[in-house]
Amino acid sequence: MKPRYSQFFLNAPMHIFIFLVAIIWIFPTVGLLITSFRSSSAVASSGWWTVLAHPFNFTQFTLENYQEVIARIGIGRAFLNTLKITIPACILPIIIASFAAYAFAWMEFWGRRFFFILFVGLLVVPLQMTLIPILRIFNKLGLSGSFLGIWLAHAGYGLPLVIYLMYNYISGLPSEIFESSTIDGATPFQIFKSIVLPLSVPAIASIAIFQFIWVWNDLLVALVYLGGTPNVAPLTVRISALVGSYGQNWELLTAAAFVSMVLPLVIFLSLQRYFVRGILAGSVKG
Amino acid sequence: MRTHWFTPWLYVIPALATLMFFLVYPSLNTLIISFFGPQSEKFVGWTNYLYCFTDETMLSAFRNNLFWVILFVPLTVFLGLVLAVILDRVPYESFVKSIIFMPMAISFVGAGVIWKFIYSYRPVGSAQIGILNAFLSYLGVQPIPWLITRPWLNNICLIVVGIWIWTGFCLVVLSASYKGIPRELLEAARVDGANEYRIFWKIILPLMKPTVAVVATTMVINVLKVFDIVYVMTNGAFSTEVIANRMYKEMFMFRNYGRASAIAIVLLLFIIPMIIINVQRFREQEAVR
Repeated sequence: MKPRYSQFFLNAPMHIFIFLVAIIWIFPTVGLLITSFRSSSAVASSGWWTVLAHPFNFTQFTLENYQEVIARIGIGRAFLNTLKITIPACILPIIIASFAAYAFAWMEFWGRRFFFILFVGLLVVPLQMTLIPILRIFNKLGLSGSFLGIWLAHAGYGLPLVIYLMYNYISGLPSEIFESSTIDGATPFQIFKSIVLPLSVPAIASIAIFQFIWVWNDLLVALVYLGGTPNVAPLTVRISALVGSYGQNWELLTAAAFVSMVLPLVIFLSLQRYFVRGILAGSVKG
Repeated sequence: MRTHWFTPWLYVIPALATLMFFLVYPSLNTLIISFFGPQSEKFVGWTNYLYCFTDETMLSAFRNNLFWVILFVPLTVFLGLVLAVILDRVPYESFVKSIIFMPMAISFVGAGVIWKFIYSYRPVGSAQIGILNAFLSYLGVQPIPWLITRPWLNNICLIVVGIWIWTGFCLVVLSASYKGIPRELLEAARVDGANEYRIFWKIILPLMKPTVAVVATTMVINVLKVFDIVYVMTNGAFSTEVIANRMYKEMFMFRNYGRASAIAIVLLLFIIPMIIINVQRFREQEAVR
């Protein structure tokens, strides 16, 4: 057995490869972040990496771009819209799915297997299949351009995966719990409320984070059902419009993009474990 | 659990109703609409499908999606696999994993902005602020207008963005599977004199095959539906059109619901093999249970 440190150097090519990959992966985001703090004249005349020559000269950084995008270009408003869309669009499918997953996992009923396979099969139906008919119904009901409409839509689209994940978790709970509670005279709803839901908190946390990031980052659904009206449009829709209208104002685009990334990144960095667990549990999403 | 026959339905009906309304009914409706004209007022038979398979922009979209599949799927899966195996041997594994996984938390729109900036191009003579062209200038090479150099370079540039986003996903899923392989198995092979390369192909890969298949099908589905990246970065200009973006345009720019629906159906037809694989996988799981 060689001592560890010489092993480390023997593996130098591997370490260099990993280092290069890591650099390639982190650099784009770093460039975005630095650019968002530079003045427009600086951004237009030199690359962001020139900052690295004297990184502690803070006079070269400015918060102006953020003031501009948040207050004047409406990114602040879009941030609130995204938040308003995302939170109910997370809670709603989880509630609906918990009930269904519980029944699928622990109750016997006619068509159980059929409906479950149907639900799982729906997992991979592309959203594109549903856009036009639902848009038409939404138009008739006055739901297009409303938050209620997009909450329901996201609940519907997220449901197959959330049911699948909840089912996997709930069906794995030990059957003794259900047997003994039933003998003690608990009704199915009591078991659901006071045993299944509390025990499922770890699964619900993973799924909530997963769904949160998915809805937060969604462009297509918002584009179709909400459109670009500033009072409802989320960040993704606003920013993709900015790419067209402010195409060369990189200091503004990067600031706007960073505003859209802050919350998912904070959640990702602090709750990464749960996020990864959610991903691992259901590596498919429609 | 013993229940009244109706009780389970009380639990399932909200989900069933939501799925019927948002997935089942619209899918069937889309199938019908696809045989009608722009506003569904007139039956047109196969006209919309004929359009799908003859129109030049549609054909270009199919070609590009195929190009995405060929390049994106093997690269993300392979890179994820290699990184999963080698990161397992270094002490700073979780740190590097976080870095590679991070783009998954960023929206495709955000990623589009990030990479459009990297690819940004200015004519010779002005300062290059996109890092790629700045590097080329530094080497004394002419800057390249990455996103408008058709037909392959700009598509490759878009695919690179996709790879940057999705490799982390492949890495995380494959790494979990790799860690499930008993270490004694690999040790035994090493003792028997197999080199690392052989161990990878003869032991690790066969054992991870089911997971690799899942990841690969997921990636194929992602690629077939790729929309945001293209919408934000080129909107299909300069021969970068893809199926999903084409459908969006038919729907919102040309208001031709018939054609848009036909495109959606064609997209589904491409995805159906993946649905079959998924359902089979579920059946196998159920059988084991």
